[in-house]
Amino acid sequence: MSAARRAGDVILSVQDVSLAFGGVRALQEVSFDVCEHEIRAIIGPNGAGKSSMLNVLNGVYHPQQGKIRLRNKEFADMDSHQAADLGIARTFQNIALFKGMSVLDNLMTGRNLKMRCNFLQQALWLGPAKREELEHRRAVEEIIDFLEIQHIRKTPVGRLPYGLQKRVELGRALAAEPAVLLLDEPMAGMNLEEKRDMCRFILDVNDHYGTTIVLIEHDMGVVMDISDRVVVLDYGRKIADGSPDEVRGNQSVVDAYLGVAH
Amino acid sequence: MLYREAGQFKSSYAEDQGIFPLRQDRIAFWVLMAVAFVVVPLIGDQYWLSAILTPFLIFALAALGLNILTGYAGQLSLGTAAFMAVGAFMAYNFVLRMPWLGIIPSFILAGLCAAAVGIVFGLPSLRIKGFYLAVATLAAQFFVLWALQRFGWFTNYSSSGVITAQEIVILGYAFKTPAQKYLLTLAIVALMALAAKNLMRSETGRAFMAVRDMDVAASVIGIPMMKTKLLAFAISSFYCGVAGALHAYAYLGTVEPEAYSLDLSFRILFMIIIGGVGSIMGSFLGAGFITLFPIFLNLASGWVSHALGVEISHATVSNLELIIFGGLIIFFLIVEPHGFARLWQIAKEKLRLWPFPH
Repeated sequence: MSAARRAGDVILSVQDVSLAFGGVRALQEVSFDVCEHEIRAIIGPNGAGKSSMLNVLNGVYHPQQGKIRLRNKEFADMDSHQAADLGIARTFQNIALFKGMSVLDNLMTGRNLKMRCNFLQQALWLGPAKREELEHRRAVEEIIDFLEIQHIRKTPVGRLPYGLQKRVELGRALAAEPAVLLLDEPMAGMNLEEKRDMCRFILDVNDHYGTTIVLIEHDMGVVMDISDRVVVLDYGRKIADGSPDEVRGNQSVVDAYLGVAH
Repeated sequence: MLYREAGQFKSSYAEDQGIFPLRQDRIAFWVLMAVAFVVVPLIGDQYWLSAILTPFLIFALAALGLNILTGYAGQLSLGTAAFMAVGAFMAYNFVLRMPWLGIIPSFILAGLCAAAVGIVFGLPSLRIKGFYLAVATLAAQFFVLWALQRFGWFTNYSSSGVITAQEIVILGYAFKTPAQKYLLTLAIVALMALAAKNLMRSETGRAFMAVRDMDVAASVIGIPMMKTKLLAFAISSFYCGVAGALHAYAYLGTVEPEAYSLDLSFRILFMIIIGGVGSIMGSFLGAGFITLFPIFLNLASGWVSHALGVEISHATVSNLELIIFGGLIIFFLIVEPHGFARLWQIAKEKLRLWPFPH
């Protein structure tokens, strides 16, 4: 891990974001920033608001307060299509792949924003439509090679085991060539070997494509190993922010995880 | 053994993305096309051509339209017959009022009118899903038929409501005999099926399937929900509209609202359930099954009554037909929700090894 590559400018920043569902305050005045090329982890106990934070970042939830800044554009909130357009891609906690489609088609769907031909050209399979399809196929095949899923490219996703589905979902997000990649518990429910593979892929993606990664993860070993900086949320508030070592030593983080003697 | 891909290597993505990547499939397809275009018109008699094969193709086209909407884009619709009716009546009006247009452009315009109606009745899909959407499309069924009977303009103020379709003339050549009508239908259906296949293997088709499989994920990766759903309604209704026009011109010879009842919508829905939801070939298999099955049942009842020496009345046979249909649909929904198309696929996978067990 070269230190020089890590030192990027702030690409994404969250300022005083608050989100409530009726009386439940999922996020309260949370602020943090993400630098280019870094791996930023969001951790916290169950119900701390981690997934809500991610959903705010890519426009699934709309916060009542606060701003999100991506590069030099500022948003009160955005819709998910806009977020995708700006280069934010994500994976989901419980896999959200298109189950009836093959791995290849899932990845190709990830590139939908880059396709320019209209449906009439596609129906006639005219020159430009065919060329476009092949061009994107080539790009998708690179990702398939990268994630080592060549052998399952024609298999319907619904038939694949869990670990591979997670990997395909990562591939679909990568196919969009995102600037920021949001990973919601990429290692949940995996065995040790699968976790190790996934860690390797996340680091490789970060290294090879230079993608900025924001990830939520419960496995502390993984978080401490691969992330550059960590945000800790508890009950919707930010309680700590810093390098893995700083966060590990923080008393309020320890309290949040282990509880406090009363 | 007969059906295996060993030794067929693909060296480019273009080859791999062909419609029939396997040589066996390609050969089978071209043989089928040759039979359909050359052999059938030569040997088929009037009854087969005009009463079985032509309607089969037309229903297959309508089923294909519904399959694009329901099978690929996941939007349940019960308005198929209404969209066909729009196609039939608009084709009649275009031919009547703008005779200089020619038949094929009239059919295309009629299809576009059906697409417009489809978009209007597809608007509820932006808000509701599944069965509730099916009920909303049911409104199309009632509204369209009501409008066609209520406003005389559509039927050119004919007193009976039944109008005779004009003769099909393309560039001065009249399509009169059953064989000619069959060939015209076949050509249109083949072209449109090819276009549907192309569409479903490119970005539009993937967007449809993404919306079907998981709409939240689809919008997160940037697929526009509204555009995709309405496009599915438009394309599907276009196919149904052209099928309706063919139904009136190449099959019935008359244009009448009663031909496009809710019954027909259900029949076409059954075709895609039995044939295969989300499969182009399934639309054809389902249409084939539902058009041929009553004929088979008629013959079979003849054999049975002959063998047993009992007289089976016509009413019994038609009731029996409904009972067996219903039973089959329940059977397919439980055992093989992907219909004949899936069975065919399983058969192909088995045939790769046959006769060896491994």
